[in-house]
Amino acid sequence: MTPAISVAGVSRRYRGQLALDNVSFDIEPGSITGLLGRNGAGKTTLLRVIAGAEFPSAGGVTVLGASPVKSDALLHRMVFVREDQRYPDYGLPGGFKVWHALRAASWFYPGWDAELAGALVADFGLPSGRAVRRLSRGMRSALGNVIGLAARAEVTLFDEPYAGLDPVARQLFYDRLLADYAEYPRTVLLSTHLIDEAAGLLERVLVIDSGRVVLDAAADEVRGSATSVSGPAIAVAEFTAGRTVLDRRRIASQESAVVAGILDDTDRARARALRLRLEPLTLQQAVVHAARIPETDTRERTSA
Amino acid sequence: MAGLDEGVPLFVQIAERLADEIADGTLPEGERVPSTNELAAYYRINPATAAKGISMLTDDGLLEKRRGIGMFVAAGARAGLLTERRKRFAERYVEPLVAEASRLGIDADELVALIRESGYAQRGTRP
Repeated sequence: MTPAISVAGVSRRYRGQLALDNVSFDIEPGSITGLLGRNGAGKTTLLRVIAGAEFPSAGGVTVLGASPVKSDALLHRMVFVREDQRYPDYGLPGGFKVWHALRAASWFYPGWDAELAGALVADFGLPSGRAVRRLSRGMRSALGNVIGLAARAEVTLFDEPYAGLDPVARQLFYDRLLADYAEYPRTVLLSTHLIDEAAGLLERVLVIDSGRVVLDAAADEVRGSATSVSGPAIAVAEFTAGRTVLDRRRIASQESAVVAGILDDTDRARARALRLRLEPLTLQQAVVHAARIPETDTRERTSA
Repeated sequence: MAGLDEGVPLFVQIAERLADEIADGTLPEGERVPSTNELAAYYRINPATAAKGISMLTDDGLLEKRRGIGMFVAAGARAGLLTERRKRFAERYVEPLVAEASRLGIDADELVALIRESGYAQRGTRP
């Protein structure tokens, strides 16, 4: 099967700064992938390169088997909703309005569903007669989300799609995305740092840090792939001996350590005997540790 | 995510919840189980994750597919599940119970007495 998105050895340099550093991954068609990482990690740059809005300095990208910077046809099969989406003005009297934006999108995307767009506009309470430039930040995000969902494009890219949206509107976005995705499967790549909120939606997570991929795995493989072990420091030391420890914290005689790897029944029995508390890490916690792995590796190497 | 635990693979939890409903009779044999999309909407999870949970139970013979209609609880699913759970009962419940009891200095006779006092005879002998 041709991957929906294929990124091979992509680097992007801005004035000597490496925003993307040899990034490679494939995304299969029909999946929701979370693109996670800290601010400035390179998420937006990566999405822009995939969307053909930017050329990579090295490496190549194909979307649905074609190059996004060479294929005009591809642009109608891919929608990119970005945080700072700008809309044209065309010097229209009263400005470029919400309904103009929706009309333009309906012409551009062959899969456009006007009924869905109408329902989403009502859900988000978008004023369709208002000029886009007069919309609040949250309403502008809502407009982007309506277009991103109603386009039903085979490849749907969302870059932090909910700036300024309140928790209720964000939940609405997740629910609508999930419902429409279930009926019309497509390939969704969504960048976010609200990992806990979006966790259930994601089939796969791609974590980037300083322009490099530090974790690329099925979300369910990441859940519980590391465990917090806490209790008396002596017992924690005994339990963690010979294991990869991602983090340690200590207060008085108590210690809490995060160990990598899945624990089996023997490990659990041993922890019980040592009176240790075990808590599997959530997706969000695991991602936070993933972003630190290279650092740990360096430390281990230098201390060895 | 409707009460799911973020530290455990979600598909495992979906499978466990359905298995619990089969074990306690909420989902009787021959009953249709919710579809992948229904589960995804309810738990607010990816449909592929829900599908993986369902297929785990299918592999175990607890669910069967009826073409074009959906997934149903297989004949003998409850009995099989109860046998399996009885086998794992000691390891999952008795061992931690005994470990904590010995930590607290509760001896075997006291432990048995405590279980009796908890009203087990009245509530627990029901099949």
